[in-house]
Order: sequence, then structure tokens, then C-alpha cells
Amino acid sequence: MADESANDPHRFERLPATEADREVEGRATRAEVLAFWSENYGVDPDVFDCHTFWEKGAGKVWVFADDLPSPVDVEAVGMTFLRTRQEHWKPTTDAVQRFGRHAEENVLVLDREEAERFLDGETQDLPRWDGDWGYVVVAHEIADDVEPIGVGLYLRGELRSQIPKGRQRNL
Amino acid sequence: MDVLARYEPLVDDYEAFRAACERPLPSVVRVNDIKATPERVRRAFDEAGTEYERVDWHDGLLRVESQPGNSWPYVHGWVYGQEEVSAVPAEVLAPEPGERVFDPCAAPGSKTTQLAALMNDRGLLVANDNNLGRLSALRSNAERCGVTSVVVTNSDARNFSLKPFVGEEGHQPPLFDRALVDVPCSCEGTIRKNPTALEQWDYSHVQGIAGVQKGILTRAVEATRPGGTVVYSTCTFAPEENEAVLDHVLESDRVRCELVEFDLPLDAAPGVTEWEDETYDQSVERAKRIYPHLNDTGGFFCAKLEVTA
Repeated sequence: MADESANDPHRFERLPATEADREVEGRATRAEVLAFWSENYGVDPDVFDCHTFWEKGAGKVWVFADDLPSPVDVEAVGMTFLRTRQEHWKPTTDAVQRFGRHAEENVLVLDREEAERFLDGETQDLPRWDGDWGYVVVAHEIADDVEPIGVGLYLRGELRSQIPKGRQRNL
Repeated sequence: MDVLARYEPLVDDYEAFRAACERPLPSVVRVNDIKATPERVRRAFDEAGTEYERVDWHDGLLRVESQPGNSWPYVHGWVYGQEEVSAVPAEVLAPEPGERVFDPCAAPGSKTTQLAALMNDRGLLVANDNNLGRLSALRSNAERCGVTSVVVTNSDARNFSLKPFVGEEGHQPPLFDRALVDVPCSCEGTIRKNPTALEQWDYSHVQGIAGVQKGILTRAVEATRPGGTVVYSTCTFAPEENEAVLDHVLESDRVRCELVEFDLPLDAAPGVTEWEDETYDQSVERAKRIYPHLNDTGGFFCAKLEVTA
């Protein structure tokens, strides 16, 4: 008999609304996901009103614009959104590019040269940042507005680019 | 073999048709409205000194010197490289936010991401493809464009299953509101982009692929609710893969649908009702043949169907 409390890596399961609804140990809840974006980046939970959250494999959370019966056996449900099974949760590049414009905190705006280094995957000294340490939304100004580029890890005066290898570019 | 010569009886200005097929096409990008407005993309191109020209029939299409893969607008998922005429079928389908939409031959995703943008990234967009390698390209394109409304499936579209979308209580399978059936084809219409497109052309391949197209279109009509809309499109001039496929579905006992009239912002010729020894249902005239010389684009075929029961 299948172990109901284990995470099945081959299918997508909707995140439980709250801890009281949780059946799979260690699985994030919708309430925790909304709190993560709100507390760390100031993203209003209303932004995700129409979205559902799904897990495939331990700790890989996806965001989907509609709803489906859970579980569902398909290749992808919406897009990758968040990694939750380490101590520090980590948003994906896609999530930050799509929802980062709603962030009001921990948004690190780079100048042109810094942004190009970040996109190229480089680690750079950036002592001027006075926000939190940890995963930050990294952005730059383009066409008269601030646009998120991806996720950076800020520690001890240093910004480490988290842009995946295949998305890095030397402009 | 001179493949294009077989279409001489169909084309009004055959000399102009042949001349257009010889000319290379400019690169075009489509603005991804999920992440940016056409105005903002134009401003970003201006800032970067990227030359572009606006396409008059579509605010979100820009002709550019070369595909800007190495540029900020691309990195941000603001633009997608897509041939001008291939932006037609999603506009004809015109899906609404919140609808259930089916894209049975989705990879690599230019039309899928365009459908998602037309839906304002709200609702369910099922993007299927039978090729796992091409699906991974589809997924990365959809993610770069910030598409959250897509569900990706890997199956033969002729046997597409609605099972993943049915709850465990065994509800009726929820049918789609619309489907964009942009099938694999012999691709003659891409000759201006890919000059070797006709080298592999073979009549038995046309016959074989026409069978696949009939199966895919039939299944898509079956999976769409009565009153729903199905758009059928190809980038070939071959009536075997166009009007004959429509004729087959109109005659089919499995599904009921009819061809409907639609307007296009581009010049087009009507579908043909006679080809070699075959005659097709009169209503296939409602389909549109876009020849390269008519609007200086690639070649395309597009038909709009309504599911009747």
C-alpha cells in the first residue's frame, strides 16, 4: 500500500491551505508560502489570490494560475516558484522575474555594470546594501522603471548571483 | 524536384509568389504582454540602440536586424522571436482570460506563450507535445515568459487523454472552450526562413503526415465543448494537409463541427475546393491561404471551426 505521508516525486500535489490540513510531513502550506513572500519581500498576498501552489519532488513548489484535481500526473503545472526544504527558502529566477515587481522590501537595484556582472553569474562586492542578508530580489532600471532580473544571495558585503548557468549572459 | 511548381494552378500571381519565396524574411519579435507593454519594449530598444520597425497590423510585433537573444528585453522575457505570420492563428482563436484552452502540438512554444498572453495568464492552457526534447524547450520558453497558466503534457495528440483533468469522483471530463491545432506539416511556407525546407520534401511524407493531422484535429474537436472554437493552422501550401484535413473532419462520424467565416488583418486567398482528382466540401473556402507575396511574409494556412455538438 502506498505511504500516504510520503512525497511522490512523479506527480504534482496541491499544497495544503494550513498546517491543520497537512498530510505530507515537511510540505510547505499555502499560508506559509504567502507569509514568506509577504514577510521577506513585502509582496501583498492578494497578488496570489487566483493562483494555487503545487509540490513535485520534495521541496519544489510550483505556482499555477488555475486549479486542478490533486494529485495530477503531468509534466508541468504552471512554473517553478520556490525551494522549501532547506533552512532558508529560495525563490526561483522565474518567480522573481514574474512576481518581483510586487516586492517592496529586499529589492537590490543595481547600476548598469553591476547588473551585467550579476547576469553573467559573477559574485561582486557590494558594501552599500543595508537590507537583510539572505536571498534578495535583484533588479535594475530599464525603460524608465525598475525590473527584477533574478535572485541574489547577499552575505557579508558580497552579492552572489543565483542566475542558473543556462540563463547567464555576457551582454 | 521543383516542389513549389505543383501550386501554380492555385496561385493567382505565380511569378510574384515564386519571387517572394526566394527572398529572405526579416527577424521579428513579439512583445510578451505578460511581462511588458509594446511601448516599454520599444523604449528599451531605443535605449540600447536596437533598430526596429513596427509591423502595421499588430502593435506587439517588431521587425529587428537580428534575434536579440543577448539583450535585456530577451533576458527579461519581454520578447519572443516569432515569424510575423505565425502570430496569426492565436489571434484568430482569441482566447479569453479564465478559459480552458488546448494546444495539442505546442512545442517549442511561440504560439503557446502568445495564447497565455492573450488570456492575460489567467485560466487553464494545456500545452501538449509528443516529443520530450521539444517539451523541454517549451517549458523553458514558457518560464522565461512568466507563464503560470500552462499545464504541460507529453502525449500523442491523436490520443490525448482528459483524465488528468477529471476529479477522483469521476465527473464528466471537462471539455475545452478553445483549441489551437497548429499541426506538424511539410513546412513549405517556411522556405524564406529556412531555404533547405524543401530538400526533404517527399509525397509519401505529405500523405503520411496528412493522416496524423486528421487524427490530431479530430481529437481536438472531440475535446472541445459544443459552441467552442477550434483553429486549424499549418505552414504548408499542400491541399492534402489543409483543405483535405478539414474535409475529413467535416465528414467524420466522430465529431460535429463547421467552418466559420473570420476576418484577417492580412491579405489572403480562400481555401480551395478542388485539387488534382479531389473535391472538398464547399465550406473549406472559408479557410485562408496566406501566400508569401500577398503581405511579404512566410506562407500560412488557417481555418476557424465551431464545434456544433
